[in-house]
Amino acid sequence: MTNPRPVLFSLPYSKHDDYLYSIEDEVSIMTKKMQSLVCRECGKEYPTQDIHVCELCFGPLEVKYDYAAIKKEISRDKILAGPKSLWRYVDLLPVEGTNFIGKHAGFTPLVHAKNLGAFLGLDNLYIKNDCVNHPTLSFKDRVVAIALTRARELGFETVACASTGNLANSVSAHAASAGMKCYVFIPGDLEAAKVLGNLIYRPNVIEIEGNYDDVNRLCSEIAGERHWAFVNINIRPYYAEGSKTLAFETAEQLGWRAPDQVVVPMASGSLLTKIWKGLKEFEKVGILDAVPTKINGAQAEGCSPIATAFRNGRDFFKPVKPDTIAKSLAIGNPADGYYALKTAAESHGAMDAVTDDEIVESIKLLAQTEGIFAETAGGVTIGVLRKLAKQGLIRKDEVTVAYITGNGLKTQEAVVDSVGRPTRIQPSLKHFTQTFGIEEST
Amino acid sequence: MAKLRFHIRYPEERIPDPILYQIGKEFQVIPSIRRADVRETTGWMDVEFTGETDEIDRAIVGLREKGCIVDPIELNVVE
Repeated sequence: MTNPRPVLFSLPYSKHDDYLYSIEDEVSIMTKKMQSLVCRECGKEYPTQDIHVCELCFGPLEVKYDYAAIKKEISRDKILAGPKSLWRYVDLLPVEGTNFIGKHAGFTPLVHAKNLGAFLGLDNLYIKNDCVNHPTLSFKDRVVAIALTRARELGFETVACASTGNLANSVSAHAASAGMKCYVFIPGDLEAAKVLGNLIYRPNVIEIEGNYDDVNRLCSEIAGERHWAFVNINIRPYYAEGSKTLAFETAEQLGWRAPDQVVVPMASGSLLTKIWKGLKEFEKVGILDAVPTKINGAQAEGCSPIATAFRNGRDFFKPVKPDTIAKSLAIGNPADGYYALKTAAESHGAMDAVTDDEIVESIKLLAQTEGIFAETAGGVTIGVLRKLAKQGLIRKDEVTVAYITGNGLKTQEAVVDSVGRPTRIQPSLKHFTQTFGIEEST
Repeated sequence: MAKLRFHIRYPEERIPDPILYQIGKEFQVIPSIRRADVRETTGWMDVEFTGETDEIDRAIVGLREKGCIVDPIELNVVE
């Protein structure tokens, strides 16, 4: 089903109009950059409100920008003069004002991974380290900063999400700092440590008696009933755009160039598509000269619907029941799976998956070579990076960026049995010397 | 009358069956297919059901009893 002639519209009056008007006064140019929400399937356009699904074909909506207007505004110098956060790229983000939530999110280090590169035979390997994102140590701080800022612009006072980990942490923390009401929905059997990571920010945490499917269904229904900003449901078109900032930062930190290869972990598949979109947008508005980047996707074997489809040469995926230690990637029926496959094909990238044992080994390898302790998703990324390098799909001289999206302190249970124990000694120099074979100095 | 949207997946062995027609006969719901992709070994549909909420719930149970997997239109939202 296609609709090649987009329907133009005028914004209907809403109770938020007065609020939006005051923001327009503040920064007139920025209100013009978002043109509409557009259906990724049929092209039908909608106002930039809290809607996420096309009423005609039920396809997902995404933000459509006026790139010609943005090109006149944006420049490398303007970005360099901006805040040291993801908000330096505000010209390409789906917000209308400057009353930002999550002011310190983003602008994480891009580490030249010489030790890991030497191990893998890659001379120009970089790690984009979102383990240290602010405030909750995962890349979700990017998408949530955008989602909550936009939610407040749209007049929402309550935010919500369904999550088992990083997303809930980030929504809870940002809502606390912004003074917004927050509801977090979790499956009833979630580990205590993960629940604690949310409760500390004092959101309303709702344990649902049921499995993941039950949580999915209930949250979709609540999102339709209540005037709440469900960050990854009715605010999803804006939320997902936050992932582009990983691409923007990478290009800037590489000295205004696109990498030759990237390796991206895949859960819903959205992150991978948005990294591609971000690089292409930089090219479109004249920040980058060219984007030769191959976009590679990584999944865990225990939940690899997208990678499996790619390896089998299919343009569609079969949903699976997740069974992996990489919980943050365990989405069996990924919303953007089809688009991720399309992106990998379009960019001439590849996809692969690794076992749980390979994930653990890769977490340890990254820690022991670069001093970066990644969560299990990071192990997936490094594991697939190893595979692609070994297969010769990434060449030695290519500028390669691996995205590490969360901190290992959040998934310590994954490695607790494989890192050994401390060496225990008596509190004496003699015992220390005996244990380590070092001669006592005189 | 409620309108609820679902993503329905068919098991391979049920792809030739007129399941949505049967559901429309067995329950007081009106299905409206908006997008679909049905192939030899896999098939899905994005469908809107119009009817009383309880009746739609019964229709969903009916779909599941026929072997279909029914998700919200947003697919997995637990991240």
